[in-house]
Amino acid sequence: MTTLATDHEHVPDIAAVRAQNFPPTPRRGLEAVREALAGWLFLTPNLLLLGLFVLVPLLWTVVISFQKTNGFGVGEFIGLANYQRLMSDPLFWRSAVNTLLFTIIVTPLSMGLGLGAAVLFNSILPARGLFRSILIVPMAISGVATALIGVLVFDENNGILDNLIRFVGLPSVNWQSGGLAAFASVILVTLWWRVGFNMLIYLAGLQGIGPELYEAAELDGAGAVARFRHVTVPLLGPSSFFLLILNVIYSFQVFDIVFVMTGGGPQNATSVLVTYAYDTGFVTRDQGYAAAIGVVLLLVTFVFTALRWRTSHGRDLVE
Amino acid sequence: MTTSRTPSLRAPRLQRASKFAAPRARRGTKRGLIARIVGAIFISIIVLFPLYWMLVVAFSSRSELLGGTLRLWPRALTAQNFERVLAGFPVATWFSNSVAISATVAILTVLVNLLGGYALAQLKFRGSNVVFLIALTTLMIPVQVIMVPLFKLVTNLGLYGSYWAVILPTAASAFGLFLSRQFILSIPRDLIEAARIDGASHLRVFTRIVLPLSKPLIAVLFFMTLLQSWNDFAWPLIALKQNELFTLPIGLLYLQGQFGSDFGATMAFALINVVPMVVLFLVFQRFFVQGFARSGIK
Repeated sequence: MTTLATDHEHVPDIAAVRAQNFPPTPRRGLEAVREALAGWLFLTPNLLLLGLFVLVPLLWTVVISFQKTNGFGVGEFIGLANYQRLMSDPLFWRSAVNTLLFTIIVTPLSMGLGLGAAVLFNSILPARGLFRSILIVPMAISGVATALIGVLVFDENNGILDNLIRFVGLPSVNWQSGGLAAFASVILVTLWWRVGFNMLIYLAGLQGIGPELYEAAELDGAGAVARFRHVTVPLLGPSSFFLLILNVIYSFQVFDIVFVMTGGGPQNATSVLVTYAYDTGFVTRDQGYAAAIGVVLLLVTFVFTALRWRTSHGRDLVE
Repeated sequence: MTTSRTPSLRAPRLQRASKFAAPRARRGTKRGLIARIVGAIFISIIVLFPLYWMLVVAFSSRSELLGGTLRLWPRALTAQNFERVLAGFPVATWFSNSVAISATVAILTVLVNLLGGYALAQLKFRGSNVVFLIALTTLMIPVQVIMVPLFKLVTNLGLYGSYWAVILPTAASAFGLFLSRQFILSIPRDLIEAARIDGASHLRVFTRIVLPLSKPLIAVLFFMTLLQSWNDFAWPLIALKQNELFTLPIGLLYLQGQFGSDFGATMAFALINVVPMVVLFLVFQRFFVQGFARSGIK
């Protein structure tokens, strides 16, 4: 390099230097083989884990979904019978509708609340960092503990919420025995648990908006509301899309909260697809049928995962 | 609890925010500021109150809780709930199970995915893109999809009844591979090629160049995996049947089944599950924030 640098005619060209030191054809072929070998070797532990504990069970699920099983024994193939049964299973449809409702309600609410919190905690505010930290604390709490805190708050006889409601003079709510109220309680606990994550993503998105855009909008006479509508919201588009997909996927997979808080009850009012699959597979032990429910879940997950990766935004949104 | 240390999410924004918010403040919208403070306090109360109530219940006696009247603060603090939980359940065993399992999963995840991430990000070979795409498609699959055959598999491999029944399937997550590849892509390829030209083997390049430059990645991946595994519920519920293998969340559910509506005991134990991770989360907040922001894994 030093000899080349002294010579003004020569621009130090790395490729040229390399070609000089290493004759291209035989050496590069060997190098490519080595590189490929190293690549596969470095990937081996990962391939073993993912292959054995994800891909094999995934294919196996599809196979079992065409079988009639007896406990954990060997099944016999029955074609599409499990899927036909799904079509006419009221509990499956109840769970599917509940899952859909849950997703439709939780997704916009957690995004809206997350956006509100992000804008608030991105503005001039004393102890801003402390407020932000408080809002993300629930993210560190296990689903089981969150659900049990939910039970503590929403308990019908002794819960603090009903105590407060009665104290104000309103009639108490049947959070546990009423289907609608139980569903609402699951949603409220989920929001408490998840809004912090939505806020985090929106905060990161807000960072990416240059202050000059707001200054320009302000010079053009845009008020606070107009600035929010015409600068903040459009520029947070990628964050919103990312969150939309993730919230849909996670709402579709809500398990811990429902399983511990309500167990799907009362009278299946809060039963969702993942809890129904679990009950079918490990309580009633109807493995083939549980696998069929699993395949339905898989297809839904694939659709939204594909949507997520189709947009380049989601991946590199937050740096 | 202070958050000013978080570089990516906090430090730069402070200047920007004040820059564009300054004119508004000058205009003397003091009312706006007060409204925002009130709003922030209101939100914080909603988030913190259930946690505060959990503390109150955990440290209140049983008779106190069954009083039926509304009381928002404890009259007398007592540790009897903790004594009852510690006397009746193998709490220390469950705690060390949780530590052992989540730490092993986290270390395994870091090791395996740094290697794999390096291969996918910096090494050129046929099939690497296919591997990455397949790994990506598995990223969001819930365990309920594969739980039935996974259970059979774990049993057939002779793992059922040991920690490994939880550790290996939990470590088999594409999230770490995705995160590692993304991070290691940012290491300049020239650096690696220069080392190769100097005759360093791929392993040596990995240990001498990639590893030292990947410290932030290691921290993020380690803490994210630790958090996830510490709080994991669905798969351990299926894979751990013996009482003495339980992790804290599974033990918590079991204990609640035993105690029923004895909230004092349940909340005392829930605190044992929650407090270590919340402390870790607040102390190493910036790593968690980066991890969540990059992934959305929760």
